[in-house]
Amino acid sequence: METLELYNYWVFSILLMIGFYAVTAKLNLVKKLIGLSLFQSAVFLLYISMGPVEGGTAPIFHENASDKLLSNPLPSVLILTAIVVGISTLALGLAIIVRIKEAYGSIEENEIRELDRK
Amino acid sequence: MTVFTVFFIIFLLTLLVITALAIVQTKNLFAAAMLSGIFSLLSAMVFFLLDAADVALTEAAVGAGISTVLFLGALALTAEHERAGTAGRLAALGVVTVIAALLVYATFDMPRLGDPNAPAQLHVAPWYLEKTPEYIDVPNVVTAVLASFRGYDTLGETFVVFTAGIGVLFLLGKAPVGQPKVSPAMTFAGKAGLRHYQIPRVVGRLLIPFILLFALYVQFHGDFSPGGGFQAGVIVAASVVLYALLEGEEQARLALPAGLLKLMIAAGPLLYGLTGVACMLLGGNFLDYSALAHDPVHGQHYGILIIEAGVGITVTGVLISIFHSFAARGAK
Amino acid sequence: MSSEAYHLAVLQVVVPLLSAPLIILLRPRGLAWAAATAASAMAFAVAVMLTAGVLSGIEYRYAVGGWPAPYGIEIRVDALTSVALLVVSGASLLALFAGRRSLDGDIDEARQPLFYGAWMLALAGLCGIVVSADAFNIFVFMEVSSLASYVLIAAGPNRRALAATFKYLVMGTIGATFYLIGVGLIYMMTGTLNLADMAQRISEVADQRPILAAGGFIIVGLALKAAVLPLHAWLPNAYTYAPHIVTVFLAACATKVQIYVMLRFDFLVFQGNLTDHDLQFSRFLMPLALLAIVLASGVAMMERNLKRLLAYSSVAQIGYIMLGTSLLSAAGLSAGIIHIFNHALAKGALFLAVAGLGMHYQGLRLDQLAGAAKRMPWTMAAFVLAGLSLIGLPGTAGFVSKWLLISAALAEGSLGIVLVAVVLLGSLMAVVYVWRVVEAAYFRAPQQAVADQREAPPMLLAATWAAVLANIYFGLQPGLPVQLSQAAAASLLQSLP
Repeated sequence: METLELYNYWVFSILLMIGFYAVTAKLNLVKKLIGLSLFQSAVFLLYISMGPVEGGTAPIFHENASDKLLSNPLPSVLILTAIVVGISTLALGLAIIVRIKEAYGSIEENEIRELDRK
Repeated sequence: MTVFTVFFIIFLLTLLVITALAIVQTKNLFAAAMLSGIFSLLSAMVFFLLDAADVALTEAAVGAGISTVLFLGALALTAEHERAGTAGRLAALGVVTVIAALLVYATFDMPRLGDPNAPAQLHVAPWYLEKTPEYIDVPNVVTAVLASFRGYDTLGETFVVFTAGIGVLFLLGKAPVGQPKVSPAMTFAGKAGLRHYQIPRVVGRLLIPFILLFALYVQFHGDFSPGGGFQAGVIVAASVVLYALLEGEEQARLALPAGLLKLMIAAGPLLYGLTGVACMLLGGNFLDYSALAHDPVHGQHYGILIIEAGVGITVTGVLISIFHSFAARGAK
Repeated sequence: MSSEAYHLAVLQVVVPLLSAPLIILLRPRGLAWAAATAASAMAFAVAVMLTAGVLSGIEYRYAVGGWPAPYGIEIRVDALTSVALLVVSGASLLALFAGRRSLDGDIDEARQPLFYGAWMLALAGLCGIVVSADAFNIFVFMEVSSLASYVLIAAGPNRRALAATFKYLVMGTIGATFYLIGVGLIYMMTGTLNLADMAQRISEVADQRPILAAGGFIIVGLALKAAVLPLHAWLPNAYTYAPHIVTVFLAACATKVQIYVMLRFDFLVFQGNLTDHDLQFSRFLMPLALLAIVLASGVAMMERNLKRLLAYSSVAQIGYIMLGTSLLSAAGLSAGIIHIFNHALAKGALFLAVAGLGMHYQGLRLDQLAGAAKRMPWTMAAFVLAGLSLIGLPGTAGFVSKWLLISAALAEGSLGIVLVAVVLLGSLMAVVYVWRVVEAAYFRAPQQAVADQREAPPMLLAATWAAVLANIYFGLQPGLPVQLSQAAAASLLQSLP
């Protein structure tokens, strides 16, 4: 049971690496960006796993349950920001890809490199 | 956390890994985009079970909603399939293995999930839980930390959204050099939208007012329950995307003209920042809302209400503008 | 302290930040540029006032929102901060002042307000990183500045700017995410995000695995963003294909801000808490620094494109900064920090001259520059003087940092001899690559006869010369930067055991 409770962090590591692999090894630019957002999403799991307390609930006060144990609000706050950063990066990245497609006629990294060499 | 919840989380986490592998493996980019939407929904469920309701709501709206729409918009303009495969596979696998080893090595000293004596639960976090009723007096502690205790981060976050908005407007505002090969059917809904399909149109039109109402609820109820300006902005933007699908891009653009959107993009961050400046002029520090009213707690309430509105306006303006930018690129 | 002076530290961020949404609403030609320049001038004025305050002994600490650290976010300005602030806001002001005509050529009128808005966001983001005393807040402003810089670089006229931006976006995001992972691991073990608070609490959990991993992630993430060799792959093309004026701004300060954060983490958070961390730090960074100096200078010697030549030279110069800091002595650290300042002066002046050349020589390939000295004598003369500062000739700012670096290295005993040899070798290589430009511009006959002199626009020329004169001034009167960098080094070393 002890090790099972580190499962979250292991999954975080695996997801992070799947994303990292896609970013570095894939040649298609859209696929790279999908990998990049996987990579970022993995970090959300790392932070959110620090939040909950045994027997606690989401950190919202209720009228009739004021003595209830509340979980840590801070990781949630930080990850809300990180999610917003992620979608902003994605939007900008996709806009650049659209322009690359128009300028090069391709969104494959190796083909673009070939065109630049000419 | 009950044993059942723990096992359900483990089940969901395993599904996440499988989904991620499928995303990397598929050559069809549409499928990859859809799968990453599913990935987001699954992680939203995990976050919800881990007591992060606000994050769950946001991840579902952003990951499964907005980013899927963005991917579809971009794919319509680029390509449907991955052509080339991979390069430097071994090098990538090598680096991945090293980092993974480092991470797994690091996990063994980590506090276990839900440990009430973990350092993260003992230092700053209890202060927020204890002081929120006294200083801010809103039930949702996440909102209190987000909007006030760490309001400066959220200001930065609003400007990140703003930067992305003007970035996309800048990049896609330049007329394309060559004509991209796009069939109208591949853009969101073509020029006419689904105007010829009566049933979705009627149902959709009925839905839009309710979506907007829900957005208002999320916007102004963020103090009490999960939600706030960002989530509300996402929902309003979603209703506009729906409208564009039903009535066509041009109608949607007429309903919210570009000039108005640009005004919103600028007004949101300004509203937030100037609230901070107002606090300074009234004798407090930057973003110290207590200076906004005689009673500091009231001041906090006003401050949070205003800056959440600022966030909502920014996010709505930026997301709709980004959507229009992609869609307009295809229509040309 | 009067109340205005008290708010100065936060105004350093708020002024450029809030100017951005106002600028994008401006319509007529030129107004967006004027507003951005004015806001930049204000930011520079704030930096100068803060520096004056720091020199008179004030350490600015500001609780944003009125919430005390570690619960709220704190802003701090000390000697190191003021060096970085002067570099960032000065580079932005000089580049904008010089750049109107050059940027008019790169960016169509309709999109100029958006461009200048993004510029102010990049400035605000960099200032925000520098003044922040909160690890997560640094991440937020890092993203503001990064996203804005992607937009600025993508504005380059060549399509290769787009491909370069995409690469930068991917690598920049990976770097920032690594940083975020590191911060998360530290938070997990200490429960805090405030840097000073971290430094205190980390000693209880020092040597636990998550902290060690956090150190690795943060250093690698920041090294990626700072283009420390071998993680520099994004930099050459990004600098080469960005609009010339954007290169002036970013080359002068963007990577240095990341090094600044790295110094903060290494010396304030990790040092003194992890056993032998100082040794690991210097063992890890010193070889990379030496490699950067030799390899990147070597590539610059072979390069045929003027901008890329200077970009590789920047990678080499980052090596000097890292070399100074990896010595872990007060002398070495202050040499590294003063080189942040002096290299910004030299590279800023060089890229300003390049922007002038770029008005008439589109591709900026060395073989196209034949006869440039006849056509643009003032611009080329400025280039030569700034080049001398880059090499480190006595009488220029570059000499001061090389001199301090060499004397710091000599204090290290026999290892020091090797280090001095590498520094001198690097300087000789700089002579070679600067000479190649001079040779092309002065001694090669132009393909067509040069009929008329066509200098760069007056404001660009004025800014170039202002930067060149600053190089000479701070070469002869290095008092101010030396004082600041010594104070910065002393405060960084306080936490060393």
